[in-house]
Amino acid sequence: MGLVHADEMTLNIGPQHPSTHGVLRLKVKTDGEIISEITPIIGYLHRCFEKHCETLSYEQIIPFTDRCDYIAAMNNNFGYVLAIEKMMDIQVPERVKYIRVIMAEFNRIASHLLALGTFGLDVGAYTPFLYMFRDRERILDLFEITCGARLLYNYMWVGGVSHDLPIGFVEASYRFLDEFEKNTKEYHNILSYNKIFIERSADVGVLPKDVAIDYGVTGPNLRGSGIKWDLRKDEPYSIYDRFRFNVPVGKGTMGSVGDCWDRYWVRAEEMNESVKIIRQALDKMPRDGDVHEALPKKVRPPKGSIYFRTESPRGDLGYYIISDGKGGPTRVKMRSPAFTALSALSEIASGWMLSDVLVILGSLDIVLGEIDR
Amino acid sequence: MTIDNIIIWFQSWLPANFSIISLYLVAVLIAAIAIFAIMAVNALVAVYAERKISAFMQDRIGPMGQGPGLHAGKWGLLQTVADTIKLILKEDIIPRAADRKLFIIAPFVIFLGAFIALAAMPWGPNLIAADMNIGIFYILAVSSFGVIGIILAAWASDNKWSLFGGMRSAAQIISYEIPAALSLVAVILLGSTLSMQGIIESQAGTVWGFLPNWNIFNNPFSFFAFFIYFIAGVAEVNRTPFDIPEAESELVAGFHTEYSGMRWAFFFLSEYGNMLVVAGITVVAFLGGWQSPIEGVMQGAWWGLFWFLTKMTGVIMIMIWFRWTFPRLRVDQLMSVAWKVLLPIALFNLFGVAIWTLLVG
Repeated sequence: MGLVHADEMTLNIGPQHPSTHGVLRLKVKTDGEIISEITPIIGYLHRCFEKHCETLSYEQIIPFTDRCDYIAAMNNNFGYVLAIEKMMDIQVPERVKYIRVIMAEFNRIASHLLALGTFGLDVGAYTPFLYMFRDRERILDLFEITCGARLLYNYMWVGGVSHDLPIGFVEASYRFLDEFEKNTKEYHNILSYNKIFIERSADVGVLPKDVAIDYGVTGPNLRGSGIKWDLRKDEPYSIYDRFRFNVPVGKGTMGSVGDCWDRYWVRAEEMNESVKIIRQALDKMPRDGDVHEALPKKVRPPKGSIYFRTESPRGDLGYYIISDGKGGPTRVKMRSPAFTALSALSEIASGWMLSDVLVILGSLDIVLGEIDR
Repeated sequence: MTIDNIIIWFQSWLPANFSIISLYLVAVLIAAIAIFAIMAVNALVAVYAERKISAFMQDRIGPMGQGPGLHAGKWGLLQTVADTIKLILKEDIIPRAADRKLFIIAPFVIFLGAFIALAAMPWGPNLIAADMNIGIFYILAVSSFGVIGIILAAWASDNKWSLFGGMRSAAQIISYEIPAALSLVAVILLGSTLSMQGIIESQAGTVWGFLPNWNIFNNPFSFFAFFIYFIAGVAEVNRTPFDIPEAESELVAGFHTEYSGMRWAFFFLSEYGNMLVVAGITVVAFLGGWQSPIEGVMQGAWWGLFWFLTKMTGVIMIMIWFRWTFPRLRVDQLMSVAWKVLLPIALFNLFGVAIWTLLVG
């Protein structure tokens, strides 16, 4: 028998681990169950998005944006095409504007459903995950009848969308929304108000306001910390200024403001707000019109640069595009909201137990495709 | 049918000078095969039931293979059979860094805990392998055997996740054994016997005119003792919400991360065997064992078996229901539930039952 080492142990969580939401590796130092230091190691899903963009034409980049945040591909398309349209000063038809908002909000619901479901998995609840996937599935069905794809859509094009809404889409959407509102009650019964769930998520991994701002955390994670900041409201893009909806913020209902439960709750509430937006959009949408009307012959923005940001389900998704007037961009930089959220992890999760670290990671709702790009 | 019965039956037609030791060994072997068969059948049925029930709870259909061959049969009935064949055929992997001997022994140690505990399980009025006068004490003692296997497996795997799982499991099982044992002591007080059959027989008759005189209904203290035992029992078999030793989303698979094939199947078998033990003790100690719920109706040897299995199935169903409903507790919360909630209540309960037996019973 040699000396018994009682010092800290280094543990690698991932890249193959059920709860890292992709291929993330967390290098942690543990003293028993207590985690004293966390170093996220990223890059396992790096696919040279930004370098690829330098050699592709503007239209060809759209499918690449899909693959960044593959959970919310519509929202990624949306930000990119809006940026290019702003550079080229294209006015898209009214119907296209509404279709885009409907799709983006549907995708936001689908993305949040996945976030909440996998968060439930991290806490150990299996059933809510499948309940949520049941509804997510129906949204994917709607996307499928529209553009044929279920995950990576390449749906929004510069100046329009790839396909018009199919016959029956509006009715199917209304039907889904009605049932979805009923189903959210089920989620709250089985997960949100479950005593064990609250014990596990309330007061855990509190992200204070100032820390959130320092790290540049955005989206539901920021709103969970009690800051009312939503680009759809504060810097309305597209036609978001035409809709009435609220921006839910974390209030510390079950614990303190900015804990995991608040982040969870903000997402749950945001789904209801998205339902409101979709309903208004479906009501107001022009019933006919050519969605290909404003498609430019050649996508060739004038020389210059633009930074355009939209509210993706994960937060401020920004595109910085430099054009030198050719068929493809000189540089495309994507500002990833999940990246900033992950960067705050070591700050808020140090000192918690191993189980909590994974819950906190789950509550930040990161997508590795977007972090590594 | 006890081991003694089997020996007497053999002696009735074998020459009188036949060695009693070899007779005893044969009788024990028969009982052991019967218990192993029970465990195996239980695992087959319970796994299928759990998959179907969880599917029903989750808005899925579960295993639904159709047709002959190695498909899962109609309604997926052959799913567990197919799984078993798959597990047998799988490559047996022992990590190079593992402690080979301990790694090989560990699954059997865990299995042994559940296996020998079932020896004292009364399946019917005279259907028990070994009718000991200290039956419940014996079961409590040997069922904690499993934790040694878990720690062995965790240590021998030489994997940090396994080690986490093993340490958690040791802390958990030892903590929860105390409230479990205390609530069973309450039952022992009520029946004033340690024998499994004796405890069941003490629960004959009715209470308050219409309810069967089972310990759960006998008095308010034993009513609470039932819940304490059941919660602690669920914790002892490492099932949700107390499944932190294997906590999939945290520890990958906990103490059996490195195991595969048949070795892993033994963990699985003993998990379901342990469920059987806990459900069996719950039924014996609180739900009247093989007694019929209505006095004098449907009683007898085979009805006894029927009632025992029915009640056991009900208890296992509740465990399955728990598993697919609840999230998982954190390790420190788990400990505080055991030491700060269950233990004081169990102690108070024991005191209450003692007073009750003194004054009323």
